[in-house]
Amino acid sequence: MKILLVEDSKTMRNIEKSVLAQLGYTEVEEAVDGQDALKKLSDFQPELLLVDWNMPNMDGLSFVKAYRQMNKATPVIMVTTESEKARVVEAIKAGVNNYVVKPFTPDLLSQRINETLEKCKAA
Amino acid sequence: MDPNLITPFMQSVQNVFSTMLQLPVEIGEPAVKADAATTYDVSGIIGMSGDVVGAVVLSFPKETAERIVALFTGQDTSPEDEDFADAIGELVNMVAGGAKGMFQKRQASISCPSVVIGKSHIVSRPKGVPCISIPCETDCGSLCIEVGIRDAAADEEVQSQAA
Repeated sequence: MKILLVEDSKTMRNIEKSVLAQLGYTEVEEAVDGQDALKKLSDFQPELLLVDWNMPNMDGLSFVKAYRQMNKATPVIMVTTESEKARVVEAIKAGVNNYVVKPFTPDLLSQRINETLEKCKAA
Repeated sequence: MDPNLITPFMQSVQNVFSTMLQLPVEIGEPAVKADAATTYDVSGIIGMSGDVVGAVVLSFPKETAERIVALFTGQDTSPEDEDFADAIGELVNMVAGGAKGMFQKRQASISCPSVVIGKSHIVSRPKGVPCISIPCETDCGSLCIEVGIRDAAADEEVQSQAA
């Protein structure tokens, strides 16, 4: 499975990559912000995206809104420090399928990835 | 400063450090910080805007920061390496983000973090914004959170009542 990580922090990308590797997902592309992710979409064609919210140049919410204009089906998980209920609702309205609040344990991220993929498979 | 704006930072730093680093944090007595120089040599700085305005600094002695970054990234990283600043920036991002989620009836946004390294550097604060320093002890050493924020929403309420 091809997974695109959209996250400005290299430290967090590495942590997320290591969780993905434990789940058996090694085909991972990295983008440092929303603009970078938009550029990488056509070549990489991800099947799952993990997207941070607060990033320079183009934030995660703007990216998801732009991405959903092009692709309605591919699952997106927002991984962010934004924990307020209003923010979660805003993200879901923009087209996010699941939500992980930082800080997270590897187990929680694994669980959210698995449940997101299962829901999308069942739909 | 309203304690409801300070307590969330204490809870958030404990949550971030225990979840991401498996590192317990003992919180000391918060105190007003009068001078502008940061307490230690390494600062992770993040701005807040919205109902709550100002900046939050996660301040570390260099050696403590090196140990904490090693725990976070899984490797020894020199302060000159850009990965070091990235890790410190992400920690202050999570601490401030977690704290603002605990604010009562206040909506705030956070900026992208900045990191400054150097002895006795100064993080300027707008006039009239108090700074509360929260000392923290960990097995990796001491650090502190410097919370220089004001309740802009409360200030506006007071102004509108006075008008």
